[in-house]
Amino acid sequence: MKKMKLSVLLAMFALVIGVLAACGGNAGGEQSEEDNSGNSNSGGETSESSIVVSGSSAMQPLVAAAAEKYKEENPDADIQVNAGGSGAGLSQVQEGSVAIGNSDVFAEEKEGIDADAIVDHKVAVVGMTAAINPEVGVDNLTKQQLKDIFTGKITNWSEVGGADEEITLVNRPDSSGTRATFVKFGLDGETPAEGVTEDSSNTVKQIVADTPGAIGYLALSYFDDDSVTKASIDGVEPTDETIGSGEFPIWAYQHSYTNGDAEGLAKEFLDYMLSEEVQTTIVPEQGYVPMTAMEVERDAEGNQTDK
Amino acid sequence: MAKATVNTSAEDRLILTNKNRRWDEVRGRSLVTICAIIMIAATISVTVFLAQKGLQSFTVNNINPIAYLTSTNWNPVGSGEASYGIFPFIFGSLAVTFLSALVAAPLGIGAAIFMSEISPRFGKKVLQPVIELLVGIPSVVYGFIGLVVLVPLVRDNLPGIGFSLFAGVVVLTVMILPTVTTIATDAMRSLPDSLRQGSMALGATRWQTIRKVLIPAALPSLLTAIVLGMARAFGEALAVQMVIGNSRDIPETIFDTSATLTTIVTLNIGHTTYGSIENNTLWSMGLILLVISFLFIFIVRYLSGRRKV
Repeated sequence: MKKMKLSVLLAMFALVIGVLAACGGNAGGEQSEEDNSGNSNSGGETSESSIVVSGSSAMQPLVAAAAEKYKEENPDADIQVNAGGSGAGLSQVQEGSVAIGNSDVFAEEKEGIDADAIVDHKVAVVGMTAAINPEVGVDNLTKQQLKDIFTGKITNWSEVGGADEEITLVNRPDSSGTRATFVKFGLDGETPAEGVTEDSSNTVKQIVADTPGAIGYLALSYFDDDSVTKASIDGVEPTDETIGSGEFPIWAYQHSYTNGDAEGLAKEFLDYMLSEEVQTTIVPEQGYVPMTAMEVERDAEGNQTDK
Repeated sequence: MAKATVNTSAEDRLILTNKNRRWDEVRGRSLVTICAIIMIAATISVTVFLAQKGLQSFTVNNINPIAYLTSTNWNPVGSGEASYGIFPFIFGSLAVTFLSALVAAPLGIGAAIFMSEISPRFGKKVLQPVIELLVGIPSVVYGFIGLVVLVPLVRDNLPGIGFSLFAGVVVLTVMILPTVTTIATDAMRSLPDSLRQGSMALGATRWQTIRKVLIPAALPSLLTAIVLGMARAFGEALAVQMVIGNSRDIPETIFDTSATLTTIVTLNIGHTTYGSIENNTLWSMGLILLVISFLFIFIVRYLSGRRKV
């Protein structure tokens, strides 16, 4: 009996040591991957006819639709599109565990990512604007009003010409790309006041539609019915044209990052995403603005210039 | 008759295995030992991993642990200086946990007494299946019902905007009720009949028996039922996230929006990059969840140790 106990203890001890070693090894592995980024990873992934795409959940429908179409045309190709958030997508592409990492934001804006080691492919543009509960009766706000509403200076819709209704803010989580874009270009960097916080666009839409006096922000593709009001900013209605010309300010690139230059299937798929065929059909169908419609461009700092 | 057949077949089996008894012993013992080792190893590795990840925000990012736990300012990416204070979320987690236990405990124990003492047959035939059904409903369904039914109901009839600590408590109460009821029922049923008979023989009524004899005798197990319910409430994320509002301020009333550790982790983890400060602070929240869960387990162990019957 004594012997038995001893052997069990020994086995447990060995297991714990093994686990610790695995943890340590993992941490070391991550670092070495940063050093020789791109050499082994992207090569290994793309030499096969199967790739994994991960990242932004806002981009997932677009990329999945394109992958579906691509697979119809190239039955040998196997493209898996997962969604886990922009941060996860960037981290995984940097580690080399996926071939393409999708992100709503520039890699430069995320801490812990070496933006020089991964290559940016801008595949589309997403516009977003404030979504207002229809009973409020407001469909245009000046930029200043928008800021005052989201920073809590204006608390009743009657102050901006709407119904006498308290304002309820619907925010996104702190680290969300949608929030970062809205804060940067809609609120000029001012921190939103507290309200309800939800992550999923569908939930945000439902809350704004159901809650009297609610205002949130959504990508343009979610304004496909009358349940929420699409707000114009300074009298400019958000459309493909106004975003393309740079008149409407709140938009962001949809980035697909690869570890090193894209190769093999990843390169073919990204070329396909940027092809005339996808940019004129799937991209607008999914509610995004095609890259070809953009007459202005932005850098990672948000500076806008004419193309 | 039925008993006899069972007995013979059991005897047959024993005789059959008699030949290679020693080998069988060894095999059986190693099989269950391996199971035990896997369980223990899984627990230890999760703990070690979480501790290693969770402590990084203090060791690598140099966040002051005291400030992390006590500050009420959570501002990881906003304008101005970043600050990481998670006290509002700890407060929110504990508030929903204790408040829902406060409601679920009397309800669950009441139902358990009904099932074991008042109407065992109806309890077994109707109430028990109904409760087991409640356990089987996925938490996202509870959350969704909360979002489309409960929140508008609260908004129209009570102060606030509907999304509130109160809505979170209601959803959690429904979710932990089956846990509390099931364990409490088992506790009541496992009481020896001699207690009931003795009490009756002394002339006590059924209600007196329940109140003065059975409940005190089952008390440690009933408390275990409540603590296990609380542990479940504490760890629930999805359903709560959909109704609580997830704001970063400490709620002033029960009808204000609030957030819990779990909801902040689930909302943010996908957006953050591995190894960043934000990501590490979320891992630290996971570590705190684990530590508090361990506390719940210790309380359960302590209570079970005190069991008298």
